[in-house]
Amino acid sequence: MIRSELIQKIADENPHLYQRDVEGIVNTIFEEITNAMSRGDRVELRGFGAFSVKKRDARVGRNPRTGESVQVEEKHVPFFKTGKLLRDRLNGK
Amino acid sequence: MSEKTLTRMDLSEAVFREVGLSRNDSAQLVESLLEHMSDALVKGEQVKISSFGTFSVREKAARVGRNPKTGEEVPINPRRVLTFRPSHLMKDRVASGNKR
Repeated sequence: MIRSELIQKIADENPHLYQRDVEGIVNTIFEEITNAMSRGDRVELRGFGAFSVKKRDARVGRNPRTGESVQVEEKHVPFFKTGKLLRDRLNGK
Repeated sequence: MSEKTLTRMDLSEAVFREVGLSRNDSAQLVESLLEHMSDALVKGEQVKISSFGTFSVREKAARVGRNPKTGEEVPINPRRVLTFRPSHLMKDRVASGNKR
């Protein structure tokens, strides 16, 4: 399923809404999650999962082609942990 | 880092501000989005949200695990797990937003 199919499914269920409003709503939801993480916040959606930010320490990396050492700076990466309900549903429970 | 936790309520509040829907309808839309995504994943489909990320279901084979406390061997059944791969855009925004 891709974004436009998700929008279509929600639009089909909500005939009283304009398609472009549904588009705006779906985009807002994903945008809000990304914005929260870029501030370092968590987004916890019970039953579905939680988005959080993990810190990766600075390290000495290596260019795999040349074998040369390079300093890799500390950075923050997005992380998702599946919620219990969804994990159980995936396994037919 | 302030580290706040947002919930469904914050997402529906954002929807409420975005379009002129009631708070109740906004909350319902957030719920319905999560449900459609979950249903697709349970069916084994991949959910690909451009500029956000991709959720995919992976099959894990059975293996023998070990209770780290007792050292006892325990069988781990085959199972399906969900992985999320953030888009480059999300990675960039999270990296630059959290830079000191």
